[in-house]
Amino acid sequence: MNSLLLSGGRVIDPANRLDSAADVLILDGKIAAVGSDASANAPRDIEKFDASGLVVCPGLIDLHVHLREPGQTQKETIATGTAAAARGGFTSLVVMPNTAPAIDNSGTVALIHERAAREGVVNVFVAGAITKNIAGEELAPIGGLKRAGVVAITDDGHCVQNNELMRRACEYAKMFDLPVMDHCQDYSLVTTGVMHEGRWSTSLGLQGWPSAGEEMIVARNILLAELTGAQVHCQHLSAAGSVALIREAKKRGVPISGEACPHHFTLTDAAIAGSEKFWAQDGKQIFGNRQFPEWPSYDTNFKMNPPLRSARDREAILEGLADGTIEILCSDHAPHCGFEKEVEFDYAPFGITGLENEFALSLMQLYHAKRLGLSDLITKYTTAPAKLLKLAKGTLSVGADADVTVFDPDREWVFEREATASKSFNNPFYGWPLKGRAVATIVTGKIVWAEKSDMVPA
Amino acid sequence: MSWNRQHLLDIESLTADEIVTVLDTARAFKAVGERAIKKVPALRGRTVVNLFVEPSTRTRTSFELSEQRLSADIINFTAEASSLKKGETLKDTAKNLEALNIDFIIIRHSAAGAAHFLSRVLNAHVINAGDGAHEHPTQALLDAFTIRERKGKIEGLNVTILGDILFSRVARSNIWALTKLGAKVTLCGPATLVPRTFEAMGCRVTHHLDDAIRDADIIHLLRIQHERQRQTMFPSLNEYTQLFGLNKARLAQTKPDALIMHPGPVNRGVEIDSDIADSARSLILEQVTNGIAVRMAVLFLVNGGKGPQEIAAG
Repeated sequence: MNSLLLSGGRVIDPANRLDSAADVLILDGKIAAVGSDASANAPRDIEKFDASGLVVCPGLIDLHVHLREPGQTQKETIATGTAAAARGGFTSLVVMPNTAPAIDNSGTVALIHERAAREGVVNVFVAGAITKNIAGEELAPIGGLKRAGVVAITDDGHCVQNNELMRRACEYAKMFDLPVMDHCQDYSLVTTGVMHEGRWSTSLGLQGWPSAGEEMIVARNILLAELTGAQVHCQHLSAAGSVALIREAKKRGVPISGEACPHHFTLTDAAIAGSEKFWAQDGKQIFGNRQFPEWPSYDTNFKMNPPLRSARDREAILEGLADGTIEILCSDHAPHCGFEKEVEFDYAPFGITGLENEFALSLMQLYHAKRLGLSDLITKYTTAPAKLLKLAKGTLSVGADADVTVFDPDREWVFEREATASKSFNNPFYGWPLKGRAVATIVTGKIVWAEKSDMVPA
Repeated sequence: MSWNRQHLLDIESLTADEIVTVLDTARAFKAVGERAIKKVPALRGRTVVNLFVEPSTRTRTSFELSEQRLSADIINFTAEASSLKKGETLKDTAKNLEALNIDFIIIRHSAAGAAHFLSRVLNAHVINAGDGAHEHPTQALLDAFTIRERKGKIEGLNVTILGDILFSRVARSNIWALTKLGAKVTLCGPATLVPRTFEAMGCRVTHHLDDAIRDADIIHLLRIQHERQRQTMFPSLNEYTQLFGLNKARLAQTKPDALIMHPGPVNRGVEIDSDIADSARSLILEQVTNGIAVRMAVLFLVNGGKGPQEIAAG
């Protein structure tokens, strides 16, 4: 079982520096062969998948998602969140610990592992908390979390403000070779900000969230990574200054890394003034003269943390991705119920969903915009997160788990609310014409989602 | 003359022509207000809800009186006495009011964009009576009306807005209205309260009072909302008054016909010397009077009225 022959595709496997037409043979959930001997070694009755005209790559990893279990299952569950991931081409997720209760103890980690094994469609890895109850006051039992199987620690959604505590977390986590991931936000600078501080927050009368509020903590994290030698990973980077700081620190060999989300390198703060304002200037480069999707001002589906920033920041994030300063792509998939978002902008929770459309936006903004080759883009969704978190994933090497994504980089499609697998619909990209899409998602040799439903075995 | 809007949410999206339509319509209503019988039947049978989620006395009273003079039925609704206190969302509160077949909601709210939000979820006409630090469109319209009445025009005037700009919806609405009508707007106050980002709205920013008021035809003072501000914005009211308070000596440096406005409530001795506030150059009470005519005009137009010609006939 769980055997499959993917034939005729363009295989891109950055871990093996492979980019060529090849067949991929999966036997018993493992990669058995790639290349000329794949079909030769295939059993005669093996299930076949015609990948001609498509790209076959290691299963995509999203290391930053909120699946809301335990405790917030009205927003999302492991079942619905992993189904959304499969639709988006993702075979592995890392869930954030800001659940209710928070993932700050080994019991909760075990609960998620157990539930993911039972109900999850794709692989689920767990990030544990840095501090107890994500309160930023006392260290969580990091050793116990590690034993329970967490792949990183983070207080995501919150940021450890106390520099000494963060320093100790880094030192302590380094014992276990656990990367420390950080949501970079200086509370005293950001105060009650709800959108990027700039000309648009000024005219909209919304409280600004200045770029310096992120850059301050990125700078802090660079210093602590240097001081402690721990790997510190800066989450969902949004500001130009953050990219510059990390670029410079990496030159000095500091163990610092970063990730970026498609909404931050596609949209800008102008979007909160409404679609007309966005398309008039900042949005011009995205579609050319196609039909533009519309939305009103103060649309809470454009409210996330960190916020959408200026066109200059967006450009800096794209440059950082292109030159390798930012090595990882992810969604920060953050589901919220409709009634929670259907309120005044100030009162709406931060966050948007992303698993089902992030790959298309990355392809559009990086590959189709000619900033990044396909192999380099795939690297940021496969080998780069696998390396950071030391996952035995993200490769088509013989013997590896047969997690595979088959996609068409040129497929044009419209992202529709009706076709959403996530439990929540807080996404600003509904109705957008997108380019590039997963066609099949394979987890340990099993097709868990395919564009044509007859490809999925019942 | 043109007006086809279902709502009045902000000044930013209005054209100069639409603003002038409101001002001209307000002029006709001002004449009505000077008659012995001040009431007209324009909104007879229509129901208006004054939904003041953020406390207000001046604006609410002005709206109420305007509605009464248009013969509307009125419901007053404040946050303290409503289900909003019990955790009901604004959408649900408004939907419940709409279910009573009301025609207008006048909303005052501490969150920017609240009026826009309501206009998307309701069929009723929505009029923004101030949303957070975003806009206060009827205030800007009554200010423009007052300036036009006294100066005969707005185009080409130098208008200086002085004080707490950052947190001021009055400032934002005034910037849009005045620049659309051709005035040159200068903003002045401490750098913490008047950030340079306002330049993108088409005005000049300075932190030097003398420079700001020297050529001004209108000096529009804003209240220092000291109770709202964190201590980090400026050291003390005393220092504010020394640097930015309008006093006799400073007023003597201005054009002799420069006029002073203030949306109230005035902090006497803080942003303005007490006797200047009461001087002949002060338009403060005229602004209050004109507020009725302007709000009547807005209600009338949003209700489907076409322009001042209809009122003159009545």
